[in-house]
Amino acid sequence: MKKQILNRLLLLFTILIPVMFTSCGPKDADIKANVEKAIQADPMASMGTLTVDVMNGVATIGGECKDGECKAKREEIAKGVKGVKSVVNNSTVMAPPPPPVQAPVTISADEPLSKNVTDAIKDHPGVEASVKDGVVTLTGEIKRADLPKLMQKLSALKPKKIENKLTIK
Amino acid sequence: MALQDKYKELLDAASSSGVANLQAREQDGVLYVDGDAPSGAVKDQLWDIYGKIDPDFRAGDLILNVNVTGAIDGGKLKVVTESTNLNIRKGPGTDQPIAGKAAHDEIVTLVSKANDQWWLIRTDGGAEGYAYAQYLQPV
Repeated sequence: MKKQILNRLLLLFTILIPVMFTSCGPKDADIKANVEKAIQADPMASMGTLTVDVMNGVATIGGECKDGECKAKREEIAKGVKGVKSVVNNSTVMAPPPPPVQAPVTISADEPLSKNVTDAIKDHPGVEASVKDGVVTLTGEIKRADLPKLMQKLSALKPKKIENKLTIK
Repeated sequence: MALQDKYKELLDAASSSGVANLQAREQDGVLYVDGDAPSGAVKDQLWDIYGKIDPDFRAGDLILNVNVTGAIDGGKLKVVTESTNLNIRKGPGTDQPIAGKAAHDEIVTLVSKANDQWWLIRTDGGAEGYAYAQYLQPV
């Protein structure tokens, strides 16, 4: 009888011991899921690609992060997840995007510019214009309401600069 | 970059309202903004903002060359003068004789673009010649 009870107890322990050990903290797979979830929930940290591996509570983060701030944020988030003992941050930072290609500024030569300026001011009696080294200098007078249209016409001619010395009525 | 800051509202409006091929470059104290506006309303809006930032356009630090694109040969154009008739000339230039007139708000046909300033147009009345492109807008 005693032996039977002893046997049963022994059986109980053999079942309980592994359960007790594993229940000390969350499983690696759960930690991994939680780290992924926490990082994905953060708009900054989630930018780019992400890989997470957890082994014995050590979380290794990889993938490509948008910038250094994003990389640091991932590490901070992972450290805050329950069960994470330490974090190895292998995230790489993306190269910054190349600056947009800007076409060089085109400035008209004085010869076509002068002729085009003459055409542009033709409908604005009272306005005089001179052109030198691409700079259009306006003198004379204009009504305020007509000024934007004149400026639009002149700006389309690709001058270097428009010096507005007009008297506005 | 100082001028890009000064005209930030304008540049933001240009990109948010769908100005294509938008370019903004600063050179020798002047900001050059080029692009293709989707409509005359967008162009007017940008000029309103320009006039607000630099009243009466006195500073001389911006060349705003954003024009309405979409005018194709054979397409219809509207005459957008202030109120007057638009001169149609025999050649591309104000020194050329007048061949006819198109009324304010009249719809005309684009035959071809001689250059950025002068477009060859035809009216429904049959007058054909060159008109100043800044007074024409695609419809």
